[in-house]
Amino acid sequence: MPRGGSEGFGPDADDSGSCILHVDMDAFFASVEVRRRPELRGRPVVVGGVGPRGVVSSASYEARRYGVRSAMPTARARALCRHAVFLPPDFARYSAASRAVMQIFREVTPLIEPLSLDEAFLDVAGARRLLGRPAEIAAAIRARVAAEQGITCSVGVAPTKFVAKLGSTRAKPDGLIVVPAGRVLEFLHPLPVAALWGVGERAAEVLARLGLRTVGDVAHAPPAMIRSALGEAAAAHLVELARGRDPRRVTPEQVEKSIGAETTFDTDIADPDALRRTLLALSDKVGVRLRRAGQVGRTVSIKVRLTDFRTLTRSRTLATATDVAREIFDTAWDLFRILSPGQRVRLLGVRMENLSDERSTFRQPTLGAPERGWREAEAAADAAAARFGRSVVRPASLLGDPPGPARRHGKEKPTGASVVPLSDPRTPS
Amino acid sequence: MKFRVERDALADAVAWTAKSLPNRPSVPVLAGVLLRVADGRLEVSGFDYEVSSQVSVEVQADADGAALVSGRLLAEITKALPAKPVDIAAVGAHLELVCGSARFTLPTMPVEDYPTLPEMPASAGSVDAAVFATAVQQVAIAAGRDETLPMMTGVRIELNGSTLAMLATDRYRLAMREIEWRPDDPNISLNALVPARTLADTAKTLGPLGGEVTLALAAGGAGEGMIGFAGGTRRTTSRLLDGANYPPVRSLFPDAHNAQARIQVAALVEVVRRVALVAERATPVRLSFSDEGLVVEAGGTEEARASEAMEATFTGEPLTIAFNPQYLLDGLQHLNTSTAVLSFVDAFKPAVLSPAGEDGEIIAGYRYLIMPIRVTR
Repeated sequence: MPRGGSEGFGPDADDSGSCILHVDMDAFFASVEVRRRPELRGRPVVVGGVGPRGVVSSASYEARRYGVRSAMPTARARALCRHAVFLPPDFARYSAASRAVMQIFREVTPLIEPLSLDEAFLDVAGARRLLGRPAEIAAAIRARVAAEQGITCSVGVAPTKFVAKLGSTRAKPDGLIVVPAGRVLEFLHPLPVAALWGVGERAAEVLARLGLRTVGDVAHAPPAMIRSALGEAAAAHLVELARGRDPRRVTPEQVEKSIGAETTFDTDIADPDALRRTLLALSDKVGVRLRRAGQVGRTVSIKVRLTDFRTLTRSRTLATATDVAREIFDTAWDLFRILSPGQRVRLLGVRMENLSDERSTFRQPTLGAPERGWREAEAAADAAAARFGRSVVRPASLLGDPPGPARRHGKEKPTGASVVPLSDPRTPS
Repeated sequence: MKFRVERDALADAVAWTAKSLPNRPSVPVLAGVLLRVADGRLEVSGFDYEVSSQVSVEVQADADGAALVSGRLLAEITKALPAKPVDIAAVGAHLELVCGSARFTLPTMPVEDYPTLPEMPASAGSVDAAVFATAVQQVAIAAGRDETLPMMTGVRIELNGSTLAMLATDRYRLAMREIEWRPDDPNISLNALVPARTLADTAKTLGPLGGEVTLALAAGGAGEGMIGFAGGTRRTTSRLLDGANYPPVRSLFPDAHNAQARIQVAALVEVVRRVALVAERATPVRLSFSDEGLVVEAGGTEEARASEAMEATFTGEPLTIAFNPQYLLDGLQHLNTSTAVLSFVDAFKPAVLSPAGEDGEIIAGYRYLIMPIRVTR
């Protein structure tokens, strides 16, 4: 049943000023699974981690009817919908399907900004002469995706990115919504404030206390009132959005802004030694990714999710940019120790931000730093890994089993060249 | 409390104590300066649990007593007063200040809530104020500002007999200065790690007063973990940093050199400043030395570039070495001589910057070590 025609935002609405498309695949992973196994069609299908800590990645609309949502623990999904088919994710397959879908987009316009495997923004302003009105292009994309990939998608057509995204959400599943440039506010204002990009639970609560429940309320409220409630930057951003203004353009090539790695433990961890080794393993991973991307970063940040699901992040900017896992780890561990959460840890993450091109970034070595230090050691490890695989070379304390309860104390010592005090003033403790 | 004081003396005293007050005090009373009158003198004190400063001013006292008022406000007021005697009196919960036709009433805070200032440790000896002040500025410049490496934010003071040595490093450059001083005990052997910012501020105030600075440092017992400086009517105490594991940085100075350059300091400062205009943050300036002199360059193949040649007397194999321009400028500007000597091992090892006399001979006592940036790719 095609939807979206309701309230006059259907395919025939005036799309002359609405050149941004947001295309979102419907229950993408689940749909790909159903396509592979047609006997599942019509049944509740849930794709997600099947371990004790698994979360739902995608649920078919049949499963959603039982209240199953993505990001919900798999255990809860099972309780809600016992007879659903639970499948572990097969990312290789989803990536292939995603590439095929993105290729269809690319044949429409080069201005594509993929947000993830299953959604993308398209700017079709330049494609109108060849391919027709934005709504016609959107309908054509939907038809091709269905015919060639056997899955459905929903499209929002609007003058700005954030309204297009709201449109596709409203059109779901398997629908199309066109928001004419002259009717953005009419579309936007009845929506709850939480629909605005950047408004989370907390901000929504704050706004509700001010009596602001819809986007329209925010648009009509005195800006000073919102400023005092949410702060200068957030308020400015929100008021702009509520008035339908979003100057962000569709930017095809997303330059990576940060490189990170994180891991969720099977059981929550308190042992500092195990946590320390996990941070080391994550730092190692981040170092490898940075070097592979030819990037160096100046800001190290850690993410710690505790047993009670509180998520804490801490970051520190270094004096000089680095891609050396050892230096990333030193800072990450220091940040963690200062944070000393005093609770079991559920998830740990390490991330490098403030990235720049390694070739144009100079490294100021410390006084007395050995000419061949950690950086050279890690570059050698990269070379060995390229030939024999990552498992061949790892920090000594990570030999043996990966993150988990510690077996013995692993205190890695700098290898080779005598390390002069100034190059490593902090001793691991 | 009631007294009359000279405007300039009061303004100086209050400005100096107020400067060391914390920006965000942990308890409100720490935002105050304590005024205490006794025996015909006014003592103005400030304290933030790390650093205490106290200055004594001669006044015409009518009544002894004490009052605690906002340091920042009092400093601003005294600075703006006309050049006339100032009358100050504590009246109930207020401080009345009258100067010429200007009258101020300030709320006071309870004196009994104010912490007791730490006592000055026992004197260890004294040093010429001007010499001390210069030496501190020469060294403090190399101290780190990264609070996550607290040890690097300090200046290490080493007292050995009649030699007072100061060292500081932020791990990228290292400055060392040795001066003569007069220890109370000729066999003294003591070390202390003093927060660089506090030391620099103290030296800056005590230097111009001339005369002597008394160094107070306890080897143990009362006043341990504390250092005191007294000069003229001012004294300061500061908590020491933990320097037990301070690395043996003296060993970083190379034993010998393979090349040496003699350069006019002012000319090099000017050239480096000019060329560094095209050096973006964290990019180096390159110095190429040869028999023909020195060429300073910055910038890359794609960005803006600059180069400038200048005179230099160079001995050794031609050499190109790159530095963070700011580190180089910091060192050059604290040599306090018109000629500098740069000594090199090679392009990758730390280079030593030393002051030199008109004859080009190195003047011992100050050395500034810089770690080069590698540019060979």
